[in-house]
Amino acid sequence: MSDLITADLVDLDLPAGDRREAVRSLAERLVKAGRVTDLDQFLADIEAREAQMPTGLDGGIGIPHCRSTAVTEPTLGFGRSTGGVDFGAEDGNPADLVFLIAAPEGGGSDHMTVLAALARRLVRKSFTGELRSVTDPAAAAGFIAKEVSA
Amino acid sequence: MKIVAVTACPTGIAHTYMAAEALEAAAEEAGHEIVVETQGSAGSTPLTAEQLAEADVAIFAADVEVRDKDRFAHLPQVSVGVKKAISGGDLLVAQAEEAVKNHVPAATGAPAATPAGAKAPAGPGAASKVRAWLMTGVSHVIPFVAAGGLLIALGFALGGYQINLPDDDPLYKTILDGGFSAGSITAWGALAFGIGSAAFNFLVPVLAGYIAYAMADRPALVPGFVGGAVAVTTGAGFLGGLVAGFVAGGLVMWIKTWRVPRALAGIMPVLVIPLLSTAVVGLLMYVIVGRPIALITEGLTNWLNGLSGTNAVLLGILLGLMMCFDMGGPVNKAAYTFAVAGLSTGSEGALTIMAAVMAAGMVPPLAMALATVVRKSLFTDVERENGRAAWLLGASFISEGAIPFAAADPFRVIPSIMVGGAVTGALSMTLGATLRAPHGGIFVVPLMGNPLGFLVAVVIGTLVATALVVALKTFARRRPVQAGTSTTETVTERETVSA
Repeated sequence: MSDLITADLVDLDLPAGDRREAVRSLAERLVKAGRVTDLDQFLADIEAREAQMPTGLDGGIGIPHCRSTAVTEPTLGFGRSTGGVDFGAEDGNPADLVFLIAAPEGGGSDHMTVLAALARRLVRKSFTGELRSVTDPAAAAGFIAKEVSA
Repeated sequence: MKIVAVTACPTGIAHTYMAAEALEAAAEEAGHEIVVETQGSAGSTPLTAEQLAEADVAIFAADVEVRDKDRFAHLPQVSVGVKKAISGGDLLVAQAEEAVKNHVPAATGAPAATPAGAKAPAGPGAASKVRAWLMTGVSHVIPFVAAGGLLIALGFALGGYQINLPDDDPLYKTILDGGFSAGSITAWGALAFGIGSAAFNFLVPVLAGYIAYAMADRPALVPGFVGGAVAVTTGAGFLGGLVAGFVAGGLVMWIKTWRVPRALAGIMPVLVIPLLSTAVVGLLMYVIVGRPIALITEGLTNWLNGLSGTNAVLLGILLGLMMCFDMGGPVNKAAYTFAVAGLSTGSEGALTIMAAVMAAGMVPPLAMALATVVRKSLFTDVERENGRAAWLLGASFISEGAIPFAAADPFRVIPSIMVGGAVTGALSMTLGATLRAPHGGIFVVPLMGNPLGFLVAVVIGTLVATALVVALKTFARRRPVQAGTSTTETVTERETVSA
C-alpha cells in the first residue's frame, strides 16, 4: 500500500470559489495519480455525501469525502485556498483547508485505520496550524504522512 | 466521572473519528475518564461489559443509528449529531455532567452491578454478535410493521372484514382495479388495505436484507432482500426470512475473504458478490427451504383435517400453539387455512374453531404490547415504539405485529406467546365462542356468538403470555461474557489509532 498522500496530491494555491470546482480540481490530481479510476463516478459519490449534510467544519476546514467504487486505495488530496471555499460550515466561514478523503468501497478495516488516524488529527490545532504555515507541497505531504503513520 | 461514548456518521471514515478525538480531548480537559466506541469503517472495538458497568453516563454523537443502543439503557444519556461533538466537545461533556446530576435510576431496583452482565451484549462474543445482527434487521422492519399493520387495520375498519375476501379475488383488489370512488368509504378502506398489504410484503425481505447488511455490509443487501422475497413467495414466513438473512450475510462474509486478482477487486462489491450470493441464496431458499415448507404446510393441513371429532379443548390448544408459532409462516397458515376452510360447512364446530383461531392469533401482538408497558427496561427503544402500534395490530388480528419481538429474541418470545395462544384457544373452545368471519379482530366481535367468552379468552391468554415473556426475559438471561481479553484488545487498538 502506498502513502496516504504524496506531493502531487497537494495544491497550496487552490482557487477560491465554488466547492464543486475545488473538489474537481483536487480529484483530477487523484485521477492523474491513478488513485481514482472514474472521475465522474467519484464526484457523484462525493456530491451524494455532501447532500446528506455539508462537510464544512467550524474554523475554516472542509472535508469532502466518500467511499466509492472508483477509488483504488485510501487517499488524501489536500488543498489550501487563501480566498476560501464554502463547504457549508455552521459558523459560516469558508474553508481555507480542504481535505479530500477518498476511501475504496468495501475496503477491509485495516485499510481504513489510516483514514481514522487522519480524521483524528484534523481536530488538533497543532496539525491544522502546521498545514496553514507550510510552504511547499512536498513538506505538506511529508508532514501528513509522518503524522498518520506515527 | 466515567464516560462511555459512541460516535458514528454516514460514511464512517471522517466525522466518526474526529468526534471521538474531540470528545477524548474535552473529557480529559474536564478531568473525566472516557472510552469511545467508534462505529466506523476502520472496524469498531465494542465497549467491554466492565466499561459499561463502571460508566456514569453515555454520550452518543451520531448521525446514524447507534448500534446496540440497549447496552446503555442503565445510563443517563446525551444524544447529539456528530458535528456537535467536533465543534463543541466541551459543551457536550458539560451536558453529560448535567445529565448525571438529573438522572433518576431506572425503577427496576436492580443493583448497580447487574446491568453489566444482564443487559450488555458486552464483548465480541458470538452470541452478542448474532444479537446485534438480528437487532439491525428488527429495527429496520419495525416501521414497516407499524405503518403497514395500521393501514391494514384501517382498511378493515373502513371496508369491513370482507375487504380481503375471497382469497383468490379479494374485494379490495376489485375495487382498486375498478377505479377509485372517493365518495365510498369502502373504497377508502380498500385503498388503506392495499397500501398496507404492499408495506407488509416488504416485511420479511427487509428483515432478511438488513440482517445480511449488518453482517457483511452493502454487498449483502441484495442476497438478503431477494432471499427474504423468496421466503415470502414460498410461504416460509419470517422464520424463513431469518434463515435467508443469516445465510446471505454469512455467504458474503465468506466471499469477501477470497483473494481475487486486483483487476477483479474493483467489481467485487458491485457486481460479483451480489450476483453470486443472490444466485446461491435464491437457489437455497427455493429448493432446500421452500420445497420442504410446502410439504410441511400440506402435511399439517391434512393432519388437522384428519383430527375432526377430536376433543374440542385439545384442538383449541393445538390451534393456539400453531397460530402463535410463526405469525404468518407455514404453521400459522396451516391452522388458519384449516379454520377458514371449515367456515363453508357452516357447522357449529367449524364456527367455534374459527373463533379460537382468531382469538389465539390476537394474543402475540397484544402480549408483547403489554410486556413493553409493564417491564419497559426489558425492551429497546424501538421495541417500545413498536409496542404502541402492537395494541391496535393485535386487536385487529394482525399477528405479524409480534414479528419484530419474536425475531429479536425467538427462544424466549415464541414459547411464551405459544403458551398464551394455547390458553386462549382452549378457553375460546370451552366457552363456545363462535365466529363466521375469517378476519377482523375486535371489529367483528358484534358478529360473534358469545363475544364475552371470546374476549375473556383473549385477555387471559394475553396475560399468561405477558407473564411468561417477562419472566423468561428477566430470569433466563444470557450468561455474562468474560471481559478480560477484550479489555486488552481495546487498549492496543486505541494505541495504534491515537498514539
